[in-house]
Amino acid sequence: MLVFAAGLRSRGKQVTKMAFIKFLKPKNQLEEGGRTAAPVQQDEGEPLKNCPNCHHDIPISKLWANNLVCSCGYHFRMRARQRIAMITDKDSFSELFSDISSQNPLSFPGYSEKLDTVRAASGEEEGVICGTAKIGKQSCCIFVMDSYFMMGSMGSAVGERITSLFEYAKEHRLPVVGFTVSGGARMQEGLLSLMQMAKTSAAVKRHSDAGLLYVAVLTDPTTGGVTASFAMEADIILAEPGARVGFAGARVIEQTTRKTLPKEFQTAEFVMEHGFIDSIVERGSQKKYITRLLKLHRAEVTQ
Amino acid sequence: MSQSPYATVRIARDNSRPTGLDYIKNIFKSFTEFHGDRRFADDAAVVGGIATLSDRPVTVIAIEKGHTAKERAARNFGAPHPEGYRKALRLMKQAEKFSRPVICFIDTSGAYCGVGAEERGQGQAIAENLMEMSTLRVPVISILIGEGGSGGALALAVSDRVWMLQNAVYSVISPEGCASILWKDSTKAESAAQSLKLTAEDAKELGVIERIISENDIGKKEFYERIKKLITEELEALSEDCDLVSKRYERFRRMGAPKISDSPRDM
Repeated sequence: MLVFAAGLRSRGKQVTKMAFIKFLKPKNQLEEGGRTAAPVQQDEGEPLKNCPNCHHDIPISKLWANNLVCSCGYHFRMRARQRIAMITDKDSFSELFSDISSQNPLSFPGYSEKLDTVRAASGEEEGVICGTAKIGKQSCCIFVMDSYFMMGSMGSAVGERITSLFEYAKEHRLPVVGFTVSGGARMQEGLLSLMQMAKTSAAVKRHSDAGLLYVAVLTDPTTGGVTASFAMEADIILAEPGARVGFAGARVIEQTTRKTLPKEFQTAEFVMEHGFIDSIVERGSQKKYITRLLKLHRAEVTQ
Repeated sequence: MSQSPYATVRIARDNSRPTGLDYIKNIFKSFTEFHGDRRFADDAAVVGGIATLSDRPVTVIAIEKGHTAKERAARNFGAPHPEGYRKALRLMKQAEKFSRPVICFIDTSGAYCGVGAEERGQGQAIAENLMEMSTLRVPVISILIGEGGSGGALALAVSDRVWMLQNAVYSVISPEGCASILWKDSTKAESAAQSLKLTAEDAKELGVIERIISENDIGKKEFYERIKKLITEELEALSEDCDLVSKRYERFRRMGAPKISDSPRDM
């Protein structure tokens, strides 16, 4: 939750920076020193996105062609359905549990309105999409969280969908591949959100005890109650380069300890250095990597 | 209800309330404390060991805040590091091996937010407890005696029975934290406490806990005797249950299952 705010803050920063760069841009070519070079086509029509890492403006189409990864290696956040399209075999994804969606169980002020706004803006019913799919021709269950839906916060519907998926996977003896992104438990559902940590963990454990594989890919940011439950419970834990991975929000830690935190604190690289994830895999290599893991854990190989 | 939820939060945090060790000393006999997580350190915020309850061996684990300023600092104000959760899990696994029931007393504002805690996997430590507790083959009873701060409290409460003291609170986030994130104003903690539904009554209504323990005689001999009797009786019933693990699964499985919408929304 806390990083949810931090995430918003950094996105805000990005926007301000873009506006600032536009402001600095000369109004016409004459102001640039009298050169009258032919106008560059892409600067006109094509929207640009500023990379927070290398600070270059990148044409959006170029970013899309590269799975939203900048040429400097910076991984932009990705919508859940884009990711499903990227990682699964064409037309293999079949969505499950899409009818499970959050109500406002505590009548938390403003939450129903918030849900309406987010649903309309994101086109999604909830913060995680679950289903079955093939990855490199290997059958699996997959869940992908969506940072555009309340920063992937876990309320009872997210917990219920993920729990149902692990139960489905156990019943059908399928591995689970999960992409996490979350600000943590959704505070508007109070204790019920907290209980989702226990509920999902118990389902992961049952799936695991049945001898089935669970691969988690932590994407930016994976924090709070999701880190403290199913994100850290996989057999093999991968992360995207530079993803923020942690339990407590950096701002809260700074306030508690009165220390300035190093830049690399709570990055995927930091978490790997401290022994909590197996590998960092860049987006472009993920499909191949996960396919290999699924193949090596096929029932006919492991039994 | 005469008392506001935020007033309950204040009572739950009060230094003069009995702490984990008070419960251990007054309810159990011959408590023998064991230290360390066998990985990195001993976390003083979590106390654990074996004891007897009505002549029966049990494993007892408590988050300890301490009473005096010195004690409280030494106990890190009851905010455990990953080592505290790992020690607790180690003792629970030990209890499972020797078929001892486990009783946990919970009182924490939350798992500690610090650099070391992050470096040593606070999230992973909590996650592992949630996972492992869900299939522990011995009865587990958890009692929230003061603050039940989010994942840091839940990491000792994936149990067969969860009870709360009348003025204990159990919440996904502190009211101050919630107010500061949602409304950018920590002074709105009062209304956040109201909205979060964090009192024992709320938790019972939500089906998150089974029992509320009255505090009329808190700290007195009769108070501890009453809790002792409750635990003893409950353990007797739980020990006869051979379906413990699946019932524990179902206990959490039914929490917050949202209504399935009748017709999918047209977007």
